[in-house]
Amino acid sequence: MRLAYYPGCTLKTNAKSFEISAIASAKVLGVELVELTRWNCCGTVHALAKDDVMHYIAPIRNLIRVEEMRDEGIVDENILVTLCEMCFNTLKRANTEVLKDGEKMRKVRENMEERDPAYRGEVEIKHFLEVVKDIGWNNISNLVIKKLKGLRIIPYYGCLLLRPRGLGIDDPDNPTILESLIKSLGGESVEIPFKSKCCGSYHTVHMEQVASELSHRILSQAAEAEADLIMLTCPLCSYNLGDRQEEIKKSFKGLRTIPVVYFTQLMALAFNLPAESTGFSENKPDPTVILKNKDLL
Amino acid sequence: MAFKDARRTINYGFQNESFKFKVSELSGEDINLCFQCGGCSSGCPLAEEMDFLPSKIVRMIQLGREEALDSETIWVCSTCFNCEVRCPRGIDVANIMEALRQLKLRKKYSHVSLDSLEKSKIRTLPQIAIISNQRKLSA
Repeated sequence: MRLAYYPGCTLKTNAKSFEISAIASAKVLGVELVELTRWNCCGTVHALAKDDVMHYIAPIRNLIRVEEMRDEGIVDENILVTLCEMCFNTLKRANTEVLKDGEKMRKVRENMEERDPAYRGEVEIKHFLEVVKDIGWNNISNLVIKKLKGLRIIPYYGCLLLRPRGLGIDDPDNPTILESLIKSLGGESVEIPFKSKCCGSYHTVHMEQVASELSHRILSQAAEAEADLIMLTCPLCSYNLGDRQEEIKKSFKGLRTIPVVYFTQLMALAFNLPAESTGFSENKPDPTVILKNKDLL
Repeated sequence: MAFKDARRTINYGFQNESFKFKVSELSGEDINLCFQCGGCSSGCPLAEEMDFLPSKIVRMIQLGREEALDSETIWVCSTCFNCEVRCPRGIDVANIMEALRQLKLRKKYSHVSLDSLEKSKIRTLPQIAIISNQRKLSA
């Protein structure tokens, strides 16, 4: 099955390992992620103000590309797959808004570039995790070659995979999708209370100390739970919890190092894909030591 | 991280109906529904950094008090939607925070200027961090 794939900006820079491992794991599942022929920034955050329809134009333009690709037979479904939580939220919310409010759809169509055909409203936005879930946890289990045995993994959801209610991919009060994935890969899912609390998000740009505080709460819970790894789905969470971990440790002495990986990297590892598909060399902190200790690398 | 000034009291005189209307219109939320249970504030991961708790901001809007616009709270909110999933009255407080920010940003107030950020830092940050930060906090 060929599905249209929207990478978004950060998957091409800070989060390359996320993209590489997702495309490789998808192949194992029989899914070919076909990058949009032309794509633009989604805007990263949904325009929450009710009159701010202008900011729907960028996300909706990407959805027009999906309809075109479907018409040309490049992809098999009117589905757009995303990896980044922020892109997922922004694309899905803009789509939901124009589908439920004809006036907003009219405004978006009127203000689109002339060369862009009118958006027909046929596209469904799916996070890659939903594609994985649709394949079925038992089927995923059957594809695993190297069980993640003895690996204690924190499923960290962040915000936008679950919220707002109704837009997220799972129950915001009691999510289980990441736990199910960990289980089907043969790993051990470890619960922490802050698995869907904010990591500090974009405050990391100008309020580093506040971002450190928020990330530290999550990291210290993971350390107390004696976890080996944190598994997540968002490049910004990965930056705040992973790339900034050394910086956080300066403010919070005694915090143990906990590697942070994308869920697709653990899928690639369990499917026994080569190092260039797991992309662990790019993660900060380095997860390879713990994975070697567990005889997984 | 100690509570900054989160127990600041608010002035209860009813002030400005048009302010309350503006916030309702921009946010799409019915401000009157809030009965001050404080659920949004108790779930807010950033409450400790705020000068007024989210529920107090909502109360201020009910009372038409424009000083809500001058609070730190609206810039500290990271739009994580914890309040949205908790509100028993179905109010999306994140939308209300956005409306208040928009009322400031649309008058060319920038809370964070791109020029104030170090170039070396901009190079290491993921783009999604910079763009979302500027979308939320810059005019």
